[in-house]
Amino acid sequence: MEKFTTHTGIAVPLRRSNVDTDQIIPASYLKRVTRTGFEDGLFAAWRADPGFVLNSPAYAGASVLVAGADFGTGSSREHAVWALMDYGFRVVVSPRFADIFRGNSGKAGLLTAAVSDGDGELLLKLLEEQPGASATVDLQAKTIECRGVVVPFDVDDYVRWRLLEGLDDIALTLRHADLIADFESRRPAYLPVTTPA
Amino acid sequence: MAGTLAEKVWAAHVVRSAQGEPDLLYIDLHLLHEVTSPQAFDGLRLTGRPLRRPDLTLATEDHNVPTLPGPIEDPTSRTQVETLRRNCAEFGVQLYPMGDAKQGIVHIISPELGLTQPGMTIVCGDSHTSTHGAFGALAFGIGTSEVEHVMATQTLPLAPFKTMAVHVDGALPPGVTSKDVILAVIAQIGTGGGQGYVIEYRGSAVEAMSMEARMTMCNMSIEAGARAGMVAPDETTFSYLQGRPHAPQGAQWDAAVAAWRGLVSDADATYDAQVRIDAASLTPFVTWGTNPAQGAPLGAAVPDPESFADEGAKLAAHKALEYMGLSAGTPLREVAVDTVFVGSCTNGRIEDLRVVAEILRGRRVADSVRMLVVPGSAQVKVQAEAEGLDAVFTAAGAQWRLPGCSMCLGMNPDQLAPGERSASTSNRNFEGRQGKGGRTHLVSPAVAAATAVLGRLAAPADLVPA
Repeated sequence: MEKFTTHTGIAVPLRRSNVDTDQIIPASYLKRVTRTGFEDGLFAAWRADPGFVLNSPAYAGASVLVAGADFGTGSSREHAVWALMDYGFRVVVSPRFADIFRGNSGKAGLLTAAVSDGDGELLLKLLEEQPGASATVDLQAKTIECRGVVVPFDVDDYVRWRLLEGLDDIALTLRHADLIADFESRRPAYLPVTTPA
Repeated sequence: MAGTLAEKVWAAHVVRSAQGEPDLLYIDLHLLHEVTSPQAFDGLRLTGRPLRRPDLTLATEDHNVPTLPGPIEDPTSRTQVETLRRNCAEFGVQLYPMGDAKQGIVHIISPELGLTQPGMTIVCGDSHTSTHGAFGALAFGIGTSEVEHVMATQTLPLAPFKTMAVHVDGALPPGVTSKDVILAVIAQIGTGGGQGYVIEYRGSAVEAMSMEARMTMCNMSIEAGARAGMVAPDETTFSYLQGRPHAPQGAQWDAAVAAWRGLVSDADATYDAQVRIDAASLTPFVTWGTNPAQGAPLGAAVPDPESFADEGAKLAAHKALEYMGLSAGTPLREVAVDTVFVGSCTNGRIEDLRVVAEILRGRRVADSVRMLVVPGSAQVKVQAEAEGLDAVFTAAGAQWRLPGCSMCLGMNPDQLAPGERSASTSNRNFEGRQGKGGRTHLVSPAVAAATAVLGRLAAPADLVPA
């Protein structure tokens, strides 16, 4: 995984709450068996509307998404994270994220920056007043700077450490293979196996 | 120390715990389907890692499968299913493919095979994995990176959850089901209300519920943002499990039940949050908007977005009514639908089909309505046909289909056309969920059946006697 320390890019204000993963990428785009190329499905239904914010030329090349509360609700599809990243986003900012989406983001290297309701609204206003403005997200300091205003954000300490170091979760876990084997030797005998009964 | 049910199951699965790091939890059962697994199998191949415990892994084909006879026509859907078959063969994973007697929606087949048992940790690359919590298992949906992690290590690093008790006390009135309970809970706490929590459903109304009803409720915990929902196992749980193919037998059964009886929250355990619902006050509940929290009693009217105090909720309601083509103040009972869908991991079990058949017996589906009845699994289909339910459905003018996820999500041929409106027993009313431009009202099986007869949102009590 690529290391994440600080990132500066054009920030898009998406003034919607409850952006569910069916909106981020509709199910019809989930049929691929590869890991890349999901950018065409990102917000597919909304992008059909010429007035949708991402269709504005001011946001070409945007890499920071600032949205309303409860971002990433619904389906566990990690394709939602891949679609955002394939499109070019490195950071999503919201007052609240759905758990599974946030977990998936941390694994794939997309930073989910949780801000207060007030700061979320402030960022949306700053970006709407000046379309195409940039934001700088500093993971070390846990701050977002936009048009001279600096707001703090929350991220899980462990996820932050992994993102800063660019570490692969599976390799970290496999360092403890002996503990896993030891646990397996103590599991109750009545637990089921999936081989046909 | 006193603990809740969720905390006890968690503690029994900790492989490693270290300050400042998430606990490493052992996973007892990993369920796979064709949509969220291909990139994970690819990850194993790229890194040369084996799948650690094929014997704790089970796969089925559900999201993409057509529910009419014949092969998968869509080439990308077919590729996804064929990829799963190749991957399962290569890594030695048991797969129940389309047409197999044990195939079905992943969250329906695992309980009916007896693989879902109390106290287990169960994961699947599907958010509705919360269904299995009905047995007192800690079960939750994961993303594809985590699927690969479980394949490689049979563990997951997990940050601790908070706990929430949802007490449902009293008796549910006739015609009110666990689907109405969970829709009311979600409307009360919101789509983010359960975020960070494992919900435990408690109280006399929950104790009185069948396993099927408990599964419906736990299934939709994720729609309140909760990672999982649980019910403490009891005699209802044990009698459901006993004799199922993968349930323990003989002395192992006795040992298991003895252990399972300890899976209750201690009397002095504390929860981080509590919600109380008076069962007797509930009525059939339906959604009017585009997220599962935008719901109201069937007897109510479409709300006025301006009546919401919160600016975000106001804006969301305006957008929802625009998408749904509804006007504030319209009585929900006057909303006409053109499609009724009965099925999904929420309400595709035999008990759900019995409720629908009971209402449709001697009645006709309205001419303006197409009704799909889709069993959740091949075993549900066989059982329903043995009971003659399929004949009731077809005599009423409904379509009796093959098992699969069907119209719950737009990945297979069963979809709404733009502008079409459904009453659906599924779990999500998101924009386009059932097909691009489709409009979804979430309902219980009983409301779905009555709606099919009258052609507008209705409860069984609205029907003239058959």
